[in-house]
Amino acid sequence: MAERLIEVKDLEVKFATEDGVVNAVDGVSFELQRGEVLGIVGESGSGKSVTAMTLLGLTRDKNARFGGEVLYKGRDVLQMNEDELEDVRGNEMSMIFQDPMTSLNPVYTIGAQICEAIQIHERADKGAARRRAVELLKQVGIPNAEERVGNYPHEFSGGMRQRAMIAMALACNPDVLIADEPTTALDVTIQAQIIELIDRLKDEFNSAVILITHDLGVVAEIADEIVVMYAGRIVERAMKRELFYDPQHPYTWGLLGSIPRLDRPKQERLHSIKGTPPSLIRMPPGCKFRPRCPHAFEKCTQEPSLENRVEDPKHLDRCWLSVDDKRRLRESTLLGEEEAA
Amino acid sequence: MSESSNGNEPLVEVKNVKKYFPIRKGLLQREVGAVHAVDDVTFAVREGETLGLVGESGCGKSTLGRTIVRLLEPTEGNVVFRGRDISKLGSRSLRPLRREMQMIFQDPYASLNPRKRVGSIIGTPLKIHGVDKSERRQRVQELLEKVGLSPEHYNRFPHEFSGGQRQRIGVARALALNPKLIVADEPVSALDVSIQSQMLNLLGDLQKELSLTYIFIAHDLGVVRHVSDRIAVMYLGKLVELSPAEDLYQRPIMPYTEALLSAVPIPDPDLAEQRERIVLEGDVPSPIDPPSGCRFHPRCRYMTDICKQVEPPLVDYGKGHLAACHHPLNVDQETLERVRVSKRHTPASADEGATPAKPGKERSRPIPRSG
Repeated sequence: MAERLIEVKDLEVKFATEDGVVNAVDGVSFELQRGEVLGIVGESGSGKSVTAMTLLGLTRDKNARFGGEVLYKGRDVLQMNEDELEDVRGNEMSMIFQDPMTSLNPVYTIGAQICEAIQIHERADKGAARRRAVELLKQVGIPNAEERVGNYPHEFSGGMRQRAMIAMALACNPDVLIADEPTTALDVTIQAQIIELIDRLKDEFNSAVILITHDLGVVAEIADEIVVMYAGRIVERAMKRELFYDPQHPYTWGLLGSIPRLDRPKQERLHSIKGTPPSLIRMPPGCKFRPRCPHAFEKCTQEPSLENRVEDPKHLDRCWLSVDDKRRLRESTLLGEEEAA
Repeated sequence: MSESSNGNEPLVEVKNVKKYFPIRKGLLQREVGAVHAVDDVTFAVREGETLGLVGESGCGKSTLGRTIVRLLEPTEGNVVFRGRDISKLGSRSLRPLRREMQMIFQDPYASLNPRKRVGSIIGTPLKIHGVDKSERRQRVQELLEKVGLSPEHYNRFPHEFSGGQRQRIGVARALALNPKLIVADEPVSALDVSIQSQMLNLLGDLQKELSLTYIFIAHDLGVVRHVSDRIAVMYLGKLVELSPAEDLYQRPIMPYTEALLSAVPIPDPDLAEQRERIVLEGDVPSPIDPPSGCRFHPRCRYMTDICKQVEPPLVDYGKGHLAACHHPLNVDQETLERVRVSKRHTPASADEGATPAKPGKERSRPIPRSG
């Protein structure tokens, strides 16, 4: 069996703010094995980025409260002190951010920024670190890596910057690579390159990947398992094929239905999910998706638990509808037909 | 010819438009080169239609959009709006025209002044054009409703809104003066997919209701299909394919379009696995010193010697489908012998005699069909 790298158990993250307590993540659990790609999908404000950042201890703050466990190879990241965390960050788990322009330092060369991580974690000397930086840039497909290593971020295009970010994240052979919307700011052509790159490097570096995105189209290519988040909770969790071909939660249907599909005839109007996600401070009682759900009924004023309701035991969802009803009701949404308001 | 076939008059004509940005260096600020952002592009947009303008970052699509609404002055060539050449007008004579053409910007965060209230943001164009205060308030509230916001939002600030709602404010502002033409520069690429579809539906509804003409700029062919009647594909400042929308998706002719189509993710694991991915290597080359011949040749998988030397003309493949390529896709030998060069669309630097001799591939379907 593959080695289990990460186990998140009932993770809760709350932030105290002037307006009240923000329940950013509420009872999230998942596992990640070596060699696996886990996709975390949801809209802005669903808690997907907070979850990922918490894995690296990046959400620690005076006003933050945590619950549950984040086990990395059996050790709880939430209980680690700053020194222990420093060892884990970059070295064992590393992160790629959405915007490669703001996450690179404009006044240092690309090479210097990659070398920094290598020198800190591997105590390599300058020359060795630089050689390693060049090699990494080659691996992520930067042409003329020997010259390019001395460039500043502004001399790189958007796609090259994201490649440089990936090189930096891989500098210390991490076991887990967390990619937070790595392609959202990029052209589709470059997005295709980056997705392919992440997929290839995962095998070369024998690591595992958590890929966070709002676009189910992106994870359809490389994810093994997918977690769909809404209002800080997991509303559905399944292996890729199960999720795409037998989706159980109306929110997942909505996400799937609102992607413009080139592989189908053109539609007059696109399906869209009505309204906006709820405030994480004052959440509606019961199922959090209820105010936007076209299929809500009386029972939905109580919150359903995340459990297995279909044949595949690994497929979990959080919806009261019976499986038969779901399979019947979802068709029009999945075909992208517009919902009656 | 092909562009007036449905009877509607062209609202905008772009004729041999070039936009170069000079690069200056040294003490005397001598011009040492130029960025060839838009390089001899010709097309027309009919009244009431949506033209999708597609290409990667740096292909000149935004520059062209800005040149059409005269936020930029073309270096050469003409922009004709409702029969009148506006390419050399000064700012005073442009002012009445500004009512008729408006823009929606990509970034809903950067394009709204954070210190102004929504009412004032949407009302400013009305104020500039002399609408009095009480009428303004009423009009702004109407506009807010029209774009799916509440009139009560009048006194709020932009930070109180989500990205999708902010983009609606941008749309309301663009609609304030009842424009004829709206240039939307990547209006949905900063939004979540679920919000994207709301926005696309809204733009479609408004077009029907207000008989608007859109130029819709995007890098993603998946998004533009839904709104466009015709699509123009640009690469490094050149127009490389122009086609009725559905035809472009069924049979792309230019290999660049084929690659763009194959990069659009398909949310279906089986189809995604089956299809052949054409991953373009590298980035768009520098527009300061663009490649010779066909500008796409360094990244093209059908490239031969002629592509390096001769710039291909825009060839008319019928039904208003034009493409510039020496090795066109989805055409057979027989068709190739019939087709003619469109002199009107072909840039001066291309060789009008160089009609393609052999198809690159007779059948290419970068988008698999489900079901």
